[in-house]
Order: sequence, then structure tokens, then C-alpha cells
Amino acid sequence: MSLRNLLHCAAALVALSCATISHAQLKVGDTFPAFTPNGVVSLSGAPAPATAGQVVLVDFWASWCAPCKASFPALAKIHTDFAPRGLVLAAVSIDEKPAAAVTFAKKLAPPFATLHDREQKLVKQVVVPTMPTSYLVDRSGKIRFIHEGFHGDATDKLLRTQLETLLAEKL
Amino acid sequence: MRTTASSRSRFLRPTLLAVGALVAAFSTGCTNTNLVRVKPWERATLADYTMNTGRDPLATAMSEHIFFSRESATGGRGVGGSGCGCN
Repeated sequence: MSLRNLLHCAAALVALSCATISHAQLKVGDTFPAFTPNGVVSLSGAPAPATAGQVVLVDFWASWCAPCKASFPALAKIHTDFAPRGLVLAAVSIDEKPAAAVTFAKKLAPPFATLHDREQKLVKQVVVPTMPTSYLVDRSGKIRFIHEGFHGDATDKLLRTQLETLLAEKL
Repeated sequence: MRTTASSRSRFLRPTLLAVGALVAAFSTGCTNTNLVRVKPWERATLADYTMNTGRDPLATAMSEHIFFSRESATGGRGVGGSGCGCN
């Protein structure tokens, strides 16, 4: 086998290997996946909120994640302020143990919809970079802003500004 | 001619070795990040209370004392972070 052939074979193997490690992390501009087909259910037993044509804030959380807990009061205030104007806030738990998610949600009793990604299908599709991560989705279903982590007032202010922008937009 | 063949072989050997190493690294999954990284949504066990080495104040005090006695140095313990990898 000549050196050139050998190099071609090596390049093909490397390319094949690289293809298996490619990440499909959702980014700004991508369409956010639907809840129901991915096995996302409501923790309260109510159906998952309708998101078609709405501005949606999807927050991924877990009962074991301290910053997630810290973000809930701020998200509750955002929900109170923006839900009357059409915001749908959906907090999706990625807990492997449903009981832990239920206990967490009951304790904090947020006014927004708390959902559960039972088989972690949605989170694997979205590939969240950290916990918590929230996605601001516009009326056409496209991701417009992504917030990695919760950084107190800074995140709160940024979310509010971005929500004002998205809610002012029409389809 | 002999000199050319010899220099080609001198060039070929490290090249082939490097190519072989690359192929081995890629094809055996050594570079596959899926195998070695715990995903953010898989950190429930890592964030568990029992994973906190400093959860028992008495045990911490004892190990501090052993460290102080052995090294003649104290302090410098503790780092930020909750284990969920989110801050």
C-alpha cells in the first residue's frame, strides 16, 4: 500500500470517528422541539401548555441544582409580569427520579407550568450546556436567546429586555 | 539512489508512526467526548449530599488536624461549586 493510499484510509477513519462525536447542541435560530412528542409531561397532571404562536421561555431545571432553585422566585416574578401579555413559561425538570421533581415543585409552588422530561429525550435533543439553561423562543418557534446558568439580577434584567422585544413582535 | 531511498525511509517511518497513532486514537474512541464527559443533566449523583467530602464536621476537623500535624501547615481547603457543574 502506497503512502498516499495509507493517508487516505487514515483520513477516512478520522472523519468517520469525528462524525460520531459531533454535537447537535441547539443554538440561536434553531427550531425548539415540541414537548409532547418528546415525552414531556406536566408534573401537576395537567396537559403541557400550548406553545404554537406564543413567546415561550423554556427553563431546564433539576431538583439537585442549587442555581435552579435560586432562579425560581425570579422566574415567578417574570411569569407574573409577562404572562398577561402572552408569555408561556415552561420549566422542564430533567430529574431522573420523578418524586424528587414533584417534591421540589410542591415546595417552591411556582405559578408557571412545571413539566418533566421523563426519559430525558428533550434535554438530549436540545443538549443543554449547563444547568440551568433557559431558551427564549419567539412566536415562529425559533430560539432567539439562550441563557446559560442563572446569574441573579443580571439574568433577570436581560430576560426582561429580551421578552419585551419578543412580545412586541408579530408573526 | 541508495541515499534517496534511505532518506525516504527516514521520513516514512515517523510519518507512519504518527498516522498509526492518530488512527488508533480516533478509532478506539479515545477522542470520543461522549465516553468521558458526564452531561449536565446526568449530574444528580455527583450533586448528591453524600458526595460532599466535607459533610461531616468532625471528620473534617480530624483530617484537618492530621494534615496540620503531618505537614505543619493549615488552611487552604475548600473550593466553590455545588457539584452540578453549573457555576
